[in-house]
Amino acid sequence: MVSAEELKDIIIEKLKAQEAQVHDISGGCGQSFSVLIVSDVFVKKNKLARHRIVNTELKDIISSIHAFTQKTYTVEEWAKEHSN
Amino acid sequence: MFSRQLLNSSRLINRSVSTQAIRCSFRSFSMIRNGGLTNNKLASEVQNRSPLYLNHGISTRRFLSTEMQQSIGEAVKSAPVVLFMKGTPEAPACGFSRATIQLLGSIGVNPDKFAAYNVLEDNELRQGIKEFSDWPTIPQLYVNGEFVGGCDIVTSMAQSGELLEMLEKDGLLVYEEEEADIETPTSSDVKPAKR
Repeated sequence: MVSAEELKDIIIEKLKAQEAQVHDISGGCGQSFSVLIVSDVFVKKNKLARHRIVNTELKDIISSIHAFTQKTYTVEEWAKEHSN
Repeated sequence: MFSRQLLNSSRLINRSVSTQAIRCSFRSFSMIRNGGLTNNKLASEVQNRSPLYLNHGISTRRFLSTEMQQSIGEAVKSAPVVLFMKGTPEAPACGFSRATIQLLGSIGVNPDKFAAYNVLEDNELRQGIKEFSDWPTIPQLYVNGEFVGGCDIVTSMAQSGELLEMLEKDGLLVYEEEEADIETPTSSDVKPAKR
């Protein structure tokens, strides 16, 4: 079973993420994660396309856990989000 | 290889509980799969509906030659707005499905144009829909036969107003105010005053 830390490393590596936040929202069972990913692989991609990229790269992990929720930002969008 | 399955004209629609309009739009996938009613208890609750979506029973699209994919293809197009979820609109069995159905309800999706399918009712559907949409999680929303996304996407589209815009554009919303008193001018109001 994957831990939040491991998942974070995988996201950074596979999705070339500049920033990745992984929260275990399972309440203990380790089967449910909420992730936030900042990466320029999302540039000029709509939400559906972004989620598909993440789903593809993390396919094995997502299929092994119960729930997975994601937020995706490009580096620029993330900067904007922070300046607000 | 392809069994011909026409959608029956009667719809499995559970109208028993309906404060929130959208809740009445649960359909049983087994009906599509089996081409008929299989559950007597549910059958007794069936109400005939105007056959708006009848003529798509045989799709010209080609799916990976399984019956399941054909059935899912029919389910996806069985209404303009289709949600594959865990549990039913009345009793969602997962927080993500609950959040999504509540969003659709609060945005005012017209129940006549909505269908929900419970993937927990059918394990083949549960696995099949993931493959069909190439999407690993439930719920999954389809609008006009096109995959829109899961809970995260629907939520973010609701926040940005995109969801409302998309559904409004296609006339898929219902407005509660419609049934309220609308002051229509009576004929005397529009006549010029007699002199």
